[in-house]
Amino acid sequence: MAQKLLDILIERFGDSVVLETHNHCGDETAVIDAAHWREVATFLRDDPRCKMNMLADLCGVDRFDAEPRFEVVAHLNSLHFAHRLRIKARIGDEDGEGALLDSLVPVWAGANWFERETYDMFGIKFEAHPDLRRILLYEEFEGYPLRKDYPAAKTQPLVPYREGPDVLDKLPPFGADEGMVFGRKHLDYVKEED
Amino acid sequence: MGEMIKPTTSQVIQTGQSGFATTKFNELLAWARKYSLFQYPFVTACCAMEFMSTASPRYDLARFGSEAPRFTPRQADVLWVVGTVSQRQAPILKRVFEQMTEPKWVIAFGTCASSGGFYDNYATLAGIDKVVPVDIYIPGCPPRPEAVLDGLMLLQDKIQRGDKTPGVVKPRHDPAENLVQLRRKTG
Amino acid sequence: MEPLDQEVEESELELPSDPMQLMMGPSHPAMHGTVRIAVELSGEVVVKADVQIGYLHRGFEKSCERGNWTQVFPYVDRCNYSSPMLNNVGYALAVEKLCGLTVPDRCQYYRVILGELARMADHLVCNAAMAMELGAFTPFLWWTRAREMIYDLFEEETGARVTHSFGRIGGMAHPPTDNFKQHTLAILDKVVASSDEGISLLETNRIFMDRTMGVSAISQADAIALGWTGPCLRSTGVPYDIRKAHPYLVYDRFEFDVPVGHEGDNYDRLMVRAEEVHQSARIIRQALEQMPDEGPINVDDPRIVLPPKGEVYDTIEATIRHFKIIMEGLKVPAGEAYGYTEAANGELGFYVVSDGSGTPYRVRIRPPSFALVGGLSKLITGQMIADIIPTFGSMNMIGGECDH
Repeated sequence: MAQKLLDILIERFGDSVVLETHNHCGDETAVIDAAHWREVATFLRDDPRCKMNMLADLCGVDRFDAEPRFEVVAHLNSLHFAHRLRIKARIGDEDGEGALLDSLVPVWAGANWFERETYDMFGIKFEAHPDLRRILLYEEFEGYPLRKDYPAAKTQPLVPYREGPDVLDKLPPFGADEGMVFGRKHLDYVKEED
Repeated sequence: MGEMIKPTTSQVIQTGQSGFATTKFNELLAWARKYSLFQYPFVTACCAMEFMSTASPRYDLARFGSEAPRFTPRQADVLWVVGTVSQRQAPILKRVFEQMTEPKWVIAFGTCASSGGFYDNYATLAGIDKVVPVDIYIPGCPPRPEAVLDGLMLLQDKIQRGDKTPGVVKPRHDPAENLVQLRRKTG
Repeated sequence: MEPLDQEVEESELELPSDPMQLMMGPSHPAMHGTVRIAVELSGEVVVKADVQIGYLHRGFEKSCERGNWTQVFPYVDRCNYSSPMLNNVGYALAVEKLCGLTVPDRCQYYRVILGELARMADHLVCNAAMAMELGAFTPFLWWTRAREMIYDLFEEETGARVTHSFGRIGGMAHPPTDNFKQHTLAILDKVVASSDEGISLLETNRIFMDRTMGVSAISQADAIALGWTGPCLRSTGVPYDIRKAHPYLVYDRFEFDVPVGHEGDNYDRLMVRAEEVHQSARIIRQALEQMPDEGPINVDDPRIVLPPKGEVYDTIEATIRHFKIIMEGLKVPAGEAYGYTEAANGELGFYVVSDGSGTPYRVRIRPPSFALVGGLSKLITGQMIADIIPTFGSMNMIGGECDH
């Protein structure tokens, strides 16, 4: 059971499309070549052995050190067979440019908002998406906050702040080097601004 | 705290003679206002759960006269900002506040409204006093309904005295007090 | 309308033929806090609807990357604040999946019972809000009173009413109190009776039925394609419940039914939730009988679980253990895992990526209401503007979760 879906994928598409697979923690995972993203998704939805009729989740991960930089991770679910699969595609160069992937909206209608959120947080663009605009943040926001090099505390206020004695004095926000220093592997995601 | 800001009112109180009717009238007005505060529940996040509890039969906001929510700012007296206000929501909060008619008060319900809470990141407004003036801060994440009622009673007291300085609801029992006693017992 | 300060010829006046645009929200009584629905109306009928969420985006995922694995629990609590325990359990299960841990039986029962109580509270509040917005204020008052009983139990067990942050990786923060079972049994009947009493006011009420039956119905295929899960999916007739399909914790030891609707309209969504309150009570009763009264609550792994405080002050090993877990965070092996549970709204998933250190590399929450509200514009297009209110209420959008 553990390898079933991965075997079907490799048998159908071969090693040039299914780049890597693993089965850690019981989750079958396949890294798909970005150019065949929609083809693989359509196959998984329609093939009678897979029947992945629900897209449970679609999100991005910023791998920062690795090239290609971003990973788009989709979790698929089959209500018929109760099996699940994770497929990923790796895109984008180290500056975050060129992150373009086929949209899965023609395959599952629910991908619409998930892809908008991935665009909003990472700047990954989806081709043929009917309405790619920011969903969680406002239009005036510049930058993509979930990228590792976006400083967490950098606000972009829409309304100028009031001044005055009744404005509560609050401690300044965390700097990039504060909070949980010992536990982190990277402290240098954010480059020092001069 | 407790100082009269408007010079005319304080003058009336100081002389105390010709101003009897005016002072009494102001007191009467303040009494009427404080016991009929119409709310504008600007509800955003988790504090809404405790706001609902406070309005519910057990803690009963209605017995303080503050039951009726008015969802138009024109008819409301108190702007209850309940929950986190994000940067995206800040212009809307400011606009709603500006649309309210005088006299108006603002209650910052919860830690996120008072100071941003532990969401000190790109998305959150670090306290609504950055965009609107606040009269009462009720800390807590979320504050217990008893703390909310304390905040409302503090506001009513301020309205009666004509005090416009902001106030913060303190915890009923200072936790550090027990800690000191504990040390004394063991040490 | 023509501007008043300009001279316009009589022949140039025209009745407006463009649809009217109306912004509902984001500060609106029925928008559950923070959603803006930009509707285009032709008379009373909604021609186009653009649902804009994100007014409560609080940077949950970015904040998780700044602390350690245990410091995520307060953030996760505030995602679905109607049923915080289910979020705690879901996140703990996802990280435990990555670590390869299984918590002891007693903890599993404890998590199930507290989780089901949170589910009951969530369903009560959702139904209460939906009924109130349609004008039925009485069930709201009754059901919030019932919810207070659940909150009292949570306060006794965890210390806090709403956001208790009680889950821990590898167990729970504290073992159950001594009279946990008696207290739960005492309130269970009252809560279920209160739910039934409120439903009896609504289920055959002519006005309520006219406003909710047949309104905003959705087909099974559409719901599945949109990624709907939970009571909203089950109201269309699909009997998919993660507790049955992919059992986790000890759910495979209980007998319970999965309520399913027919049409997928607002009435069905409300009734599915009301029936799930019954099923949750059934699960809780069985769990209370089966739960061991003694035994450890936390996993016996010194690298994951904090040692008892008394030992920290007495022995050097416990001090070192405490220091390493607090300062560096507990170390989760590098890798990724997707842990999913049946939350009150549907499939709550946590996709956690670890780089082997004490700080999460990526914590992604898959909110059930995000997928639900993604389908809202499809549901309300073609309905009247007054139908938006019960439709939105029946979907149980929780802002903290949807906007994370």
